[in-house]
Amino acid sequence: MSLSTLKVNDFVVRFANVNGSGSASANFLFTKAIFRMGIFVTPKNIFPSNIQGLPTWYEVRISEKGYLGRREGIDLMVCVNPQSMASDVAAVKPGGYFLYDSSKNLHDQYIRDDIHYIAIPLMEMCNNAFTDPRQRQLFKNIIYVGALSALFGIEFKMLEDLLAEQFKGKEKLIPANIKALNLGIEWVHQNHIYPLDIRVERRDLIGDRIMIDGNAACGLGALYAGASVAAWYPITPSTSVIEAFASFSDSYRVDPVTGKKNVAIVQAEDELSAIGMVIGANWNGARSFTSTSGPGLSLMNEFLGLAYFAEVPAVLIDVQRTGPSTGMPTRTQQSDILLAAYASHGDTKHVLVFPATPKECFELTADAFDLADELQTPVILMTDLDLGMNDHISEPLKWDDERAYKKGKVLDAEALEKIDKFGRYLDIDGDGIVYRTYPATHPSKGSFFTRGSSRDEYARYTEDSAAYKRNVDRLTKKWNIAKNMVPLPQLYQDKNASSIGILFFGTSTFSAEEAMDILRDQGLVVDAIRLRAFPFSQTVLDFIDVHERVFVIEQNRDAQMKSLLTIELQIDPKKLIPVLNYDGMPITADTILNTMKESTFVLSKFKKIA
Amino acid sequence: MSFIRPKFRHPELPKNALGYTVDYYEGALSTLCAGCGHDSIGAGVVQACFEMNIEPHRLAKLSGIGCSSKTPNYFLSNSHGFNSVHGRMPSVATGANLANRDLIYLGVSGDGDTASIGMGQFVHVIRRNINMIYIVMNNGCYGLTKGQDSATSDNGSKNKTGVMNVYESIDLASLAIELGATFVAQSFSGDKAQLIPLIKAGMQHPGFAFINVISPCVTFNNNVGSTKSYDYVRQHIEATSTVDFVPEMTEITTTYKSGVTQKIGMHDGSSIQLHKIAQDWDPLDRQSAMNAVKLSKKNNEILTGLLFMDPDAKDLHQLLQTTEKPLNSLSQSLLCPGSEMLKQINEDFR
Ligand SMILES: Cc1ncc(C[n+]2csc(CCOP(=O)(O)OP(=O)(O)O)c2C)c(N)n1
Ligand code: SF4
Ligand SMILES: [Mg+2]
Repeated sequence: MSLSTLKVNDFVVRFANVNGSGSASANFLFTKAIFRMGIFVTPKNIFPSNIQGLPTWYEVRISEKGYLGRREGIDLMVCVNPQSMASDVAAVKPGGYFLYDSSKNLHDQYIRDDIHYIAIPLMEMCNNAFTDPRQRQLFKNIIYVGALSALFGIEFKMLEDLLAEQFKGKEKLIPANIKALNLGIEWVHQNHIYPLDIRVERRDLIGDRIMIDGNAACGLGALYAGASVAAWYPITPSTSVIEAFASFSDSYRVDPVTGKKNVAIVQAEDELSAIGMVIGANWNGARSFTSTSGPGLSLMNEFLGLAYFAEVPAVLIDVQRTGPSTGMPTRTQQSDILLAAYASHGDTKHVLVFPATPKECFELTADAFDLADELQTPVILMTDLDLGMNDHISEPLKWDDERAYKKGKVLDAEALEKIDKFGRYLDIDGDGIVYRTYPATHPSKGSFFTRGSSRDEYARYTEDSAAYKRNVDRLTKKWNIAKNMVPLPQLYQDKNASSIGILFFGTSTFSAEEAMDILRDQGLVVDAIRLRAFPFSQTVLDFIDVHERVFVIEQNRDAQMKSLLTIELQIDPKKLIPVLNYDGMPITADTILNTMKESTFVLSKFKKIA
Repeated sequence: MSFIRPKFRHPELPKNALGYTVDYYEGALSTLCAGCGHDSIGAGVVQACFEMNIEPHRLAKLSGIGCSSKTPNYFLSNSHGFNSVHGRMPSVATGANLANRDLIYLGVSGDGDTASIGMGQFVHVIRRNINMIYIVMNNGCYGLTKGQDSATSDNGSKNKTGVMNVYESIDLASLAIELGATFVAQSFSGDKAQLIPLIKAGMQHPGFAFINVISPCVTFNNNVGSTKSYDYVRQHIEATSTVDFVPEMTEITTTYKSGVTQKIGMHDGSSIQLHKIAQDWDPLDRQSAMNAVKLSKKNNEILTGLLFMDPDAKDLHQLLQTTEKPLNSLSQSLLCPGSEMLKQINEDFR
């Protein structure tokens, strides 16, 4: 092994498993052990829409530099699934490794002469060591984790600690796991192939960071924001948002004295009903949310329009996936942007927020509740499968105890007493944001009849055109105010230093940042902006204005964010160059760089550098 | 246009226990067709709330879309109302109810709104036993879209243009009984004496109370040959019983012949007093209620009155074990675990 090929803390491992075979916890053990060694690690689940039997992959990128995006090219493949073997062999980079279960002979067609083979008789070892059929199945996975720990130099203590935590209260399960780990380790030792030229070394890069998936962070955000009614309908990849909210509620929303719950969670009969419940609860003064994915968002359209016109707050977490309903539901995309921005019929637009990290999932979910209440309108959090269902290294979640819920312009009985006549849609402050009341506030003041648009400022029925127009014009005024209330975009530079800008949001962020780094190393500086909300603030327009070309990086076919920017900011579409990734896999820095380098504008800059 | 009811009222209108006269329970002037059954039901709601001494602001009105769903604007102007989307009132009512369990929820729907576009939500609101009263103003047609047949239009019934409905109808009352509704009644917009006590009992019922009220559409479905016309309904109506709703602590004054009187006690001390007409029918027995409805249908009768009731069923809040306090009243300190807890939570993810 030559020193030049040695790669410390910088490689990609992919596990090829069979869905439902218990590989998930073994693979997680591997990832978490590296995390505990102070190294950046980014796992991605690539799984089918199926419960048992189909191929599933788990890909782990280890990065000393802290790159958290996906990277193409597999350095080591762990293949325990004969079904996918052909493509798994092909996926390994030249010079890389293919670890497989050699209990059965490897077919000639799978032999490449430019990669290394690590043949471990996993099944055989398991059958010799364990008698219980379920154990034989499960421990195959633990054996390869043991083998990898020896091959890569993962500290055994980390694995031991993790098992102890995992089986707290069920300690008698630990020895068998340790035994399986050791089987793998011993096999590697006996075969003298360790450590490999790709390996891990302890670092202190992680600090106080945590490893959490975005959906759990969203669930926590809703908990902290004071959501007390949640309604939902199961759909991958959003289900775990509510599951997390429910499980945290079991810990933090049960009255210690009465055992009664300070929360109501209802699994609705469909998404129409889920959003209806959310609107009903918010109308009645309880913070309420739902989470769904594209197909559910499609169904919720009519209600979202009503909430927009009737000015009822609602929080919706859209964990995006590829379309359509029977498409590739377990693959990621940022492809609901236009659907969400303009959901429903009539003149409607909705506030969107775009988290990029679990920390932001937490914070922006909490912000979404404040925004929805303050603006009295639906707010949609645009996350996706990649962020939602994959563990991410993230800054720790933070809550400021001084932070008080912003419930917006709500009149209580005392305030109603003071006014002569309550007008639900009267623009008293001139900002387009009107005052509302909850039912049962006052015996004789403040009641009103909520309906879509056929009403005047006092919520009285009218089909008068002038009244309709006054109302929707006021909604526009409110929309313009919202531009300064939503989370600001992130600028990556104090002063612009390039004629090239890149613009991105959500889960395209990590790979965009990596691409920016690589370009800088290659001598090309680009400016960057990360969107965090719609409507767009002035900063976004300014950024686009001052750059000659702006590359808009997103994960859908139709350049939806580019369209939204073009429509809303009246920008010459030619100025915005799409960088698109839409195969259902998380975007990589390579994809971004390759697309950018197709641009003659970028190439000309490189020429100058050369 | 906004219609304001003339303010002048007879000075000696009787007052209820809260000191309100009946006009305090009215709403905006109706814009429905003169003679529309829906307006009579609205008047029944006004009378029931007046007699029950309800604080109007402690009641929330919810509806879907249709002529029927417009009616909440025409009663209880001191109550909040929500005219939602077509067929989806049950979900809005569910959310509202979850937010504040202390209010009375009155849902108003039409036969199109409930039996077609809203069938899914209707079925599930029953399953969840939301504590609300759900009134369907059933005219066998889509009034607001100008008279198309609805799913409750009887097979063989003729619409205004003389076309006969060839499809089987959906019988909402028997469906509700079948699905496990805990209070099911049927009535006729033209029979206030029966309707008002049913509305009162339904509001008092601590779960989902369903009342299917036949409510003729004078403009599109009141013709000869229609089974939802005033004439037809009057000729074919049969009652299970006469009904009296007896509020808590009120002395029972009505006297019935012994042997045919049944009193159903409610947990708050009020009761429903029935004077039974149908002999082998027991309002506390789901099967017998089902049989009575089916039998009457076979005989071409419209069976009205209280059909079934289960006074002990648990409502959604009880099923979910939510706190006794309205969820919308919980303070931030109760809802938000705070920064120290978050530090611990972070620790679990390291
Ligand atoms: C999604 C949707 N589809 C169609 C309509 C049009 N629409 C309005 S009212 C109505 C039927 C109402 O019938 P019903 O509920 O029986 O009420 P009625 O007018 O008879 O009282 C329809 C189809 C609508 N408002 N929304
Ligand atoms: S069309 Fe029919 S249902 Fe509608 S208001 Fe007129 S009579 Fe009533
Ligand atoms: Mg109708």
